[in-house]
Amino acid sequence: MPREGILVQAPYRRMTGEQVQQIHHASMELLTDPGMLCFNRQAADIFQASGAEVAPVPDSDTSCWLIKIPEALVLKAVESAPKTVKLGARNEDNSLIMHGDEPRVFLVSGSETNFWLDVAFETYVKKSSPGVELQVPEFQLRRGTVADLCRAARLCEHLDTLDAFIRPVNIQDKDVTEDNKDVNKYFASLNNSTKHVMAGLTTLSQLDNLVKMAELIAGGKERLKENPIISFITCLVKSPLQFVDDTTQTVIELSRRGLPTVVSCAPQGGTTAPIREDGIVVQINAEILAGITLSQLVNRGTPVLYGAVPVRARMDNLHDSYGAPESSQYNIDCVQMARFYKIPCYSTSGVSDVKIPGLQSSIERMFSNTVTMMSGPQYLHCAFGLLENNLTFSPVQAVLDDAHFQMIKFFLRPPRIGEQELAQSLTQIREVMGTAQKLYIRHIRRLLRSGQLSPPYPFESEGLEDNVLALAGQRMEELLSRPVEHIDPATTRRVFEEIPGILPRLNTYEGGEHGV
Amino acid sequence: MSEDILALLKENVIQGRATRDDEGLMGDMAGQPAVAELTQEALKKHINLEKIIKEGLTEAMQVVGDKFSTKEFFIPDMLASAEAVTKAMDILRPHLEKSGVESKGKFVIATVKGDLHDIGKNIVAILLRGSGYEVTDLGTNVPEEKIVDVVRESQPDFVGLSALLTTTMDSMGDVIESLKKSGLRDKVKVLVGGAALSEEFAKEIGADAYCLDGFQALDVIAEFKGGA
Repeated sequence: MPREGILVQAPYRRMTGEQVQQIHHASMELLTDPGMLCFNRQAADIFQASGAEVAPVPDSDTSCWLIKIPEALVLKAVESAPKTVKLGARNEDNSLIMHGDEPRVFLVSGSETNFWLDVAFETYVKKSSPGVELQVPEFQLRRGTVADLCRAARLCEHLDTLDAFIRPVNIQDKDVTEDNKDVNKYFASLNNSTKHVMAGLTTLSQLDNLVKMAELIAGGKERLKENPIISFITCLVKSPLQFVDDTTQTVIELSRRGLPTVVSCAPQGGTTAPIREDGIVVQINAEILAGITLSQLVNRGTPVLYGAVPVRARMDNLHDSYGAPESSQYNIDCVQMARFYKIPCYSTSGVSDVKIPGLQSSIERMFSNTVTMMSGPQYLHCAFGLLENNLTFSPVQAVLDDAHFQMIKFFLRPPRIGEQELAQSLTQIREVMGTAQKLYIRHIRRLLRSGQLSPPYPFESEGLEDNVLALAGQRMEELLSRPVEHIDPATTRRVFEEIPGILPRLNTYEGGEHGV
Repeated sequence: MSEDILALLKENVIQGRATRDDEGLMGDMAGQPAVAELTQEALKKHINLEKIIKEGLTEAMQVVGDKFSTKEFFIPDMLASAEAVTKAMDILRPHLEKSGVESKGKFVIATVKGDLHDIGKNIVAILLRGSGYEVTDLGTNVPEEKIVDVVRESQPDFVGLSALLTTTMDSMGDVIESLKKSGLRDKVKVLVGGAALSEEFAKEIGADAYCLDGFQALDVIAEFKGGA
């Protein structure tokens, strides 16, 4: 049985059907006027061979082509892109099955930050009343390591609401190089989580090693096809409207191999895209469709996700402001566009602008996570634990996010209203009206332990103090102390024998310090 | 044999099962004898009344209270257990009167004049009954004269006054003043409670104790009795 996710019964829509059509037609216009700039020769050739108008851009510093993609080509690609995409998992019960026309939401961590935020709770004594002590969180930033990635994967394995894993921290150990980064980040993730693992490629040269590793772990080439335990996210378009050379090549290679890929674009409203909702949405829609068209021209039917990462710029420093309500508006519009094309949607929410966990981070995240989930994206990259505009990963924040997602998922449960339920309620009301106390409390008991009542906030303090972070920190330690199901010894041995570059300290069975 | 019945009685109080129809905590006990049936059974077997109350009911409520304090149990569980004990006490009462065993104490409770809110008051009444107290519930919007009359006639050990509104909480002070004027203030402990109240307010109007909730009311009463 795959993971259930949460099926949003009446998804929130910002745009009318007419507005969706308008965005679609305007996007088609953009793809022919001005069209897409392309810095990848192979992609230009593929488009030209398929009937697109391709012309070299004169006076360009590097090789560059202008591609005008006709609507018919885009529509054919939309038609051939699978409407159902399966992302497998080492434990197949953790698989995700996404239908483009079904608003069933799966929650996903990531994406990659450079910094890991440690927290320690120090005791302070009040100057004016030395008897009064206070636990104060102290934060420390440090560059992420492969050991941190193992910890993050273990933590995420035990976060109930998290459906799939995108690594939240970049591995920056001295012995991690461009050539061994991909195998190490995927192996560290797969060995510490039985959920689906998605990542971006650092270098295309490692793709075949990665696929071979995934085949070994999944149980063979055919098994990997049936149960794709890994997938990829590739931002092949640099906004506005430019196919980048290396990531475009990555999409071509992933498509050739039929590997599930998020074709993502991340325009920033105000700098690399219009800040107005209509402008950024029409542009990102055109960019994503251009990428999907390329993938389908390479290999009809290769599984893709409509990858939307639109964000508004902050006006004080031009950083990404995921906390701005406009960013949620952009994302919700993209969810509607993806559903219009019936292609499963990768959407974004939850990143906070602030540097540390606390009130601001929780408010910003609850807001964008709730409204974006209500729109029903299939694969919601909701940034478990990410802070500071996507620069920092805080495991304590990830634990808080899990608790907050429990609330949102509970809220999104469909109402249980039907003849049987109403008959029960009428009986109950009549029964209570016949008692002296006229209280319903006794009737709660039937629901109390059935999971039909939402639990209290798990990090509530007893008195006037705020212990949310301290309690979340305790929960984090408890989750990290739980075991995870590692890759079995025989498979681990084969992976280490056949896949070059994996760090020995990741070997669970050879005394690896980060393998266990 | 009597131990078996008392153990079952205790377990069923913890499960909050007043009668055979009740499903219990996990919803799977309907049809099995519950507190009412087991109390009848205990009487048939001539088990000592005080033993039934102590080992079957009071000890069970202590377990329930402990589970509540560790958040294993919630208010609905406490109330269900208290109601189950009330059921047992209703069955035992005629026998207790015959044998001369006294209740733990008399408690008069009311929502004061001008206020119609009674959820908190009702919960306190259920908990007190479930803990073996004899409770007279005067209802809502009760004028001070009526409370004074009842105190005079039934001579309770405790009076509990409840109010939700800031506009009606002052009536509690009026009740205490009336008790003083009637010469009854020293004969009864006055406990006050309600969302708008505080410890300071209770002191200000001359109440004997402020109770945050029903469970605190039980503790406060136990302290008064211990000190008596």
